Amino acid sequence: MRCNRPLNSRLINELQKLLGADAVLYRSEDLLLYEYDGSVEVARPNCVVFPKSMEDVVGIVRLANRFETPLVGRGAGTGLSGGALARKGGIQVVFSKMNRILEVDAANQRARVQPGVVNSDLSAAVASLGLHFAPDPSSQKACTIGGNVSENSGGPHTLAYGVTANHVLALKAVLPSGEIVSLGSGALDPPGYDLTGLFVGSEGTFALVTEVSVKLIRLPETVKTLLAIYDAVDDATETVVEITARGITPAACEMLDGWTLRAVEDYVHAGFPTDGAAVLLIEVDGLREVAEAAAKDVVDVCHLHNAREVRVARDAAERDLLWKGRKNAFGAIGRICTTYYVQDGVIPRTKLPATLRRIAEIGLKNGFQIGNIFHAGDGNLHPIILFDARDESQFRRTVATADEIIAFCIEMGGSITGEHGVGMEKDRLMPLLFTESDLRLMSGVRDIFNPRGLLNPGKIFPSGKGCGEIHVNPIPVAGAIPA
Amino acid sequence: MSQAAGASFSRLASIAGPSHVLEDPSLLAPYAIDGVVPSSAVRPGTAVEAAEIVKLAAVEKLSLVPSGSRTKLAMGMPPQKYDMALDLSRLDRIVAYDPGDLTLSVEAGATLAGIGAALAAHGQFLPLAVPFQKSASIGGTLASGVDSPLRQFYGTARDFVLGMEFITGDGTIAKSGGRVVKNVTGYDLHKLMLGSMGTLGVMTQIHFRTFPLPRSPRAFVASFERPENAWQMRQAIAESPLRPLTLDILLPGVPKLFASSAASRRVDEPYDAQTLASAGWSVTVGFAGSDKVLDRYAAELNRLAEQAGAASAATLSEDRVPGAFGRKREFIPIVLDASPATVILKLSTLPSRMNDVLANAGNLLAAEGVHWAAIARGAGVGYLALLPNDRTEATGVKLAKLANQILETTAAAEGNATILWCPSEWKSWMKIWGADRADFEQMKKLKAFFDPGGVFSPGRFVGGV
Repeated sequence: MRCNRPLNSRLINELQKLLGADAVLYRSEDLLLYEYDGSVEVARPNCVVFPKSMEDVVGIVRLANRFETPLVGRGAGTGLSGGALARKGGIQVVFSKMNRILEVDAANQRARVQPGVVNSDLSAAVASLGLHFAPDPSSQKACTIGGNVSENSGGPHTLAYGVTANHVLALKAVLPSGEIVSLGSGALDPPGYDLTGLFVGSEGTFALVTEVSVKLIRLPETVKTLLAIYDAVDDATETVVEITARGITPAACEMLDGWTLRAVEDYVHAGFPTDGAAVLLIEVDGLREVAEAAAKDVVDVCHLHNAREVRVARDAAERDLLWKGRKNAFGAIGRICTTYYVQDGVIPRTKLPATLRRIAEIGLKNGFQIGNIFHAGDGNLHPIILFDARDESQFRRTVATADEIIAFCIEMGGSITGEHGVGMEKDRLMPLLFTESDLRLMSGVRDIFNPRGLLNPGKIFPSGKGCGEIHVNPIPVAGAIPA
Repeated sequence: MSQAAGASFSRLASIAGPSHVLEDPSLLAPYAIDGVVPSSAVRPGTAVEAAEIVKLAAVEKLSLVPSGSRTKLAMGMPPQKYDMALDLSRLDRIVAYDPGDLTLSVEAGATLAGIGAALAAHGQFLPLAVPFQKSASIGGTLASGVDSPLRQFYGTARDFVLGMEFITGDGTIAKSGGRVVKNVTGYDLHKLMLGSMGTLGVMTQIHFRTFPLPRSPRAFVASFERPENAWQMRQAIAESPLRPLTLDILLPGVPKLFASSAASRRVDEPYDAQTLASAGWSVTVGFAGSDKVLDRYAAELNRLAEQAGAASAATLSEDRVPGAFGRKREFIPIVLDASPATVILKLSTLPSRMNDVLANAGNLLAAEGVHWAAIARGAGVGYLALLPNDRTEATGVKLAKLANQILETTAAAEGNATILWCPSEWKSWMKIWGADRADFEQMKKLKAFFDPGGVFSPGRFVGGV
């Protein structure tokens, strides 16, 4: 398959006939937006289409086959690893018009949705029933359930509630052959191989998902949100280690270091202390008696590890403000520096103190400002390296610095991505974790469903030689919003 | 003994050591599946040895069935070909346990009892309260997909297995996932191994997330004269702020089984007949926590039970909790002991439809004079045991017809239904794995990819995979 070859105008015609002229974009000025996602990667599709139904998707897939054109699915484009970018060009299938909640079954705590439903819209739609969809990436106000399924997205509250895979029961999807598959079931424990579990997190390389059945979780009776302020990063990380070791499972446990705090506070005015070295944003929830006791235990641990102050949000407004600070952090950083590189390494939680110290050393050595804002409770780091996009050599050094951090995570027994996915950003890092034969097995599984490689080519697996894709954004972009 | 298997003895011995290759028929009898005895059994001591054995089997076109403690070999269809038993019981090491990280890596042959003891020393556990707890291995537990009453709170293994090392059909050792609690690197191939009945690969090492042991576990029991009221209470709990650890409905007759001497042979913890009301439908709820939390649960559950019209309701005294919990966990072996020819159906539906499905099944069985017992998880999974008085062919034919009918009505209620257990000689009459599945073509492709030579457990699983 050639890369980024100009699209056959007959294909455009056929797509327009299938979907209507307004559902097909192909002029270069219209495609600009679709070159990007939330990562530093760029890749331009040859055209963008907006299906309205599963039949539309089948039709698009058939045309892609007929014209031997690559295909890639996309939700809101908030991804952080280039998963939804058209690395080899071709047709980008955007699901924003398949955004209906098809069914809510409150009694059985289930919902059936189209892939383009926005994550927080689903939770909002079922809030009056006392329910929510638990995975809550920071981009939840924009990102879609389809994207969450593809990436197996996490979020702050996955610490207690699990990631997307834990909440998906069944899928309908269109294979790259055009075949419709129905995987899993609303009832539990369908006999047979767990294809749903395999497809969730397959980064859009197996099928285009057209319908998702999810579990809905009861909203907790009581939520306590605490902000612990520290004068030393080590004290904050040691607090996390001890909370874990004591068997306290907070609903969320997020850390922001001093530099990030100041950036966020300038922008959001969440009430974060600007002179602290680090804060932990910890949430406990559940039955009133459970949450109150857990909050007390957490406060004790924070003080034991020299927290300067522990504030407890007094009401929902205060709590929302603290979370606003956390969830808008990357937007805040985007104000300071238009380009930054976010990593997503994971480490065993006991290794947090050593790892944060190492990240600081790596930054110092390489001359980069590295901010840290991350899911401390499950050891999922998000070091943010600021760089100047106009300086190609600086970008290369940025990537080298990030790689050094990732290598350390792996040395600690960790992993290269906790929730952002491998995509086209970390494919070259895969051999650090997996042997050649592991990777052959995985790509073989992909080939079962995607034998011609038409769907989302050039992702996850190291390719050696790509299409010479650009690694630096040619123009400054606003901050991405990692989970 | 087949010639091929005989020819391979020296090769097997050179891999695992002569004392770990069994060929004496008396030693092979415990490995029989539905009366099919393998020609040899081999006990590798390491994953590398196990992989060498698989490689040998692939080259010599032999079929093998992996096993651990052999407590659930009766599940599934008999293997179409069974040259060799791959006994993983020597792969029983705890490879890594980091209590501070709440992560654990164990070899597949490790027993649940051994793992439980190691974790308990650090106040932790794996929430796998599955049947055959005293002897089952972790690998067999995962491969068979049996569930646990604790799924109400913790989910199933799928929710806390972090990664795995396994052997594919050509003898390659592969891995997926990792040892950290959050990870999206690469495809989750390990999820395919769960519940796959050893047909896709041989698990050799499994990485888990562990959990703190619940503090002061307690149980509440409410008994109802009518099933709809019991399910009404289940629904009320689901809509309350309570997050119980277990929530099961025992159907009439189960308390009597639990009080039997057969049950005490399966469960060590003491039990007396007063624990559960002998009649009606019993909603049993497990919970844990501080005194304040326990008081809140007791008060809320009493209120919900009363609203749902319970005939009686009480929090069990502390000493009765382990006995009652153990019996819920060991429901399967207890009903196996209760009849010479127990047939166990696993039915799952949306929770709101489970009462209808079980009621229909009950009517059908009552009309034919078949004794039965059933337990239903609040999450929407039911175990229905048919307990005939004899194991004659006539009974088998009758029960197969009834069982298949129940499978159909469950499927019609958008549920999943399989026959978890039944006498070997009746299997060919039963739809062991239930109705045909929409995704079967994809399953077949996966099987052909992971095990192209058909080395692993051929024919044991869904659709003859």
